[in-house]
Amino acid sequence: MLTLSPNLADPDGFYEELIRAHEGLTKEQSDAFNARLILTLANHIGDRAVLSAALDAAK
Amino acid sequence: MVATRYKTAFQLYPYARVEAQDHAPVRHPVVIVGGGPVGLALALDLGQKGTPALVLDDHDGAGLGSKAICFAKRTLDIAHRLGAGQPMVDKGVVWNVGKVFYADEKLFDFNLQPDAGHRNPAFINLQQPYFEKYLVDAIHTAQAAGAPIEIRGCNCVTALENHGSYTSLTVDTPDGSYTLEADYLIACDGARSPLRDMMGLSFDGRVFEDNFLIADVHMKADFPTERWFWFEPPFKAAGQSALLHKQPDDIWRIDFQLGWDIDREAELDPARIRARVDAMLSSQAGYVPEYELEWTSIYTFQCRRMQKFRHGNVIFAGDSAHQVSPFGARGANSGVQDAENLAWKLDLLLKGLADESLLDTYATEREHGADENILNSSRATDFMTPKTDISKIFRNAVLELANRHAFARPLVNSGRLSVPCNYAGFDLFGEDALDEAPAGTRPGMPCPDAPHGDGFILDHLGGGFTVLAVGCEATDVTTHGIDAKVMQVKTASPEFTSRYLGEASAAVYLIRPDQHIVARWSHFDKTAVARAIQTAIGKA
Repeated sequence: MLTLSPNLADPDGFYEELIRAHEGLTKEQSDAFNARLILTLANHIGDRAVLSAALDAAK
Repeated sequence: MVATRYKTAFQLYPYARVEAQDHAPVRHPVVIVGGGPVGLALALDLGQKGTPALVLDDHDGAGLGSKAICFAKRTLDIAHRLGAGQPMVDKGVVWNVGKVFYADEKLFDFNLQPDAGHRNPAFINLQQPYFEKYLVDAIHTAQAAGAPIEIRGCNCVTALENHGSYTSLTVDTPDGSYTLEADYLIACDGARSPLRDMMGLSFDGRVFEDNFLIADVHMKADFPTERWFWFEPPFKAAGQSALLHKQPDDIWRIDFQLGWDIDREAELDPARIRARVDAMLSSQAGYVPEYELEWTSIYTFQCRRMQKFRHGNVIFAGDSAHQVSPFGARGANSGVQDAENLAWKLDLLLKGLADESLLDTYATEREHGADENILNSSRATDFMTPKTDISKIFRNAVLELANRHAFARPLVNSGRLSVPCNYAGFDLFGEDALDEAPAGTRPGMPCPDAPHGDGFILDHLGGGFTVLAVGCEATDVTTHGIDAKVMQVKTASPEFTSRYLGEASAAVYLIRPDQHIVARWSHFDKTAVARAIQTAIGKA
């Protein structure tokens, strides 16, 4: 089951870290970074059904 | 001559020549420069404790314009202790609900109403001049009861010389200048602090490249008493964000985020402002209600602070020491907490009950408060004003998702509203020896309110050290000249129980004069309380 209710302990801190990770990157580098990040998180999630639900939720 | 930099809303302390202007410099224990919310709260707190405070202000009353408008519960609790809280709440607009929009769509609403059992609401909106007026009223009441407070209007400090153990000030007045001396000089003279400049001290941080237009409009409108905030507002020329919020006297605060590259002069043209306001109001009401522009201003965001708030016997408090962006109401609210933190420490020092080092804890505790405010305020500003393409992409992704999925809502940041400072872990705090007790009353936290008898528990804490005991007997504890009075809670309200006892059947709390919790125990042990008092005054 995909969690769509708030689940981050420190949303503001996470958001800041996420944006900071992109600092100094070109558009191309940012896109590539995002792709790597999504793939890393997908592996952590593992569950195929959850991943499919996430792909749908983000549409 | 003292230059008039702004118009005043209320004349509160008209210029009156004092004898000292004709004599050799008089030495004062505490001179406070700046009669804003911070300087006035500090003077009132000191005066009520019997410590003389002289306030110098370069005008004769509260500056015109709403300026600070959102006052938080913690500030109201402090004002209540000082005897100024009730008129603020009576006059203020109490609000709990906020709505966040993304263009035409409402993303969500939030409700700030805290759980029941507090004297004061989570927030009120009140124009700053009223806040100052009620503090001055309370000062007059305190003066009548013998409190050694003096306010000198139209007294503008033009030069200072620090002699180490004291500071001489040159003060300009309508009758020419005179000199006075201060053992302790407290700079509450605002973000542009002339005293800070005179001392050559820096004020470092970030300037956010954005301009915000404030328009306070006077109108009879039946919009609800809610905070409405738009990202990418749908109405014309509103900029990247907009805010609508009600104040007393049928005044509405409207903010437009205009961006960086603007012509300030042109944007302040009333016709241009009216066009923007017309567009906003008609999009909400379906027509343009009759209104007048009450006060307008353009400001930029800055998040910065002085590296150190204490420079020997010159101490900085409020905006002179730290400045944040306004979304979050962390300016005046943190400044009043500065004043309260400083008042009792300065008082003990001047009464010979504490050492100079206690003033260093003012600096460390409030620098921590400022850092927390700057962090929250910077994050909100970065969300509202994305700096790069990718941060805008993420920001808008959050907003789009927030409309559909609850998980994204906590990421939406239109300002994180001021919460009381927690000093857990700092030097002046003692042990937490109450098992399975509520987290909200750990050492370092400010005392939460709770119903007690016919009133509220905070009313019984006063402005000294208190030993709060419930479920067990305790006595006054005296050590190092500090007399901590016992406050015995015989009948605990359900709210008191849940906030102070949790699962415990008995508890003893040591509470310092600013109503922050020093230490707590499961039973009364006189030696342990005495030790905690020593810790609390820096003499452990």
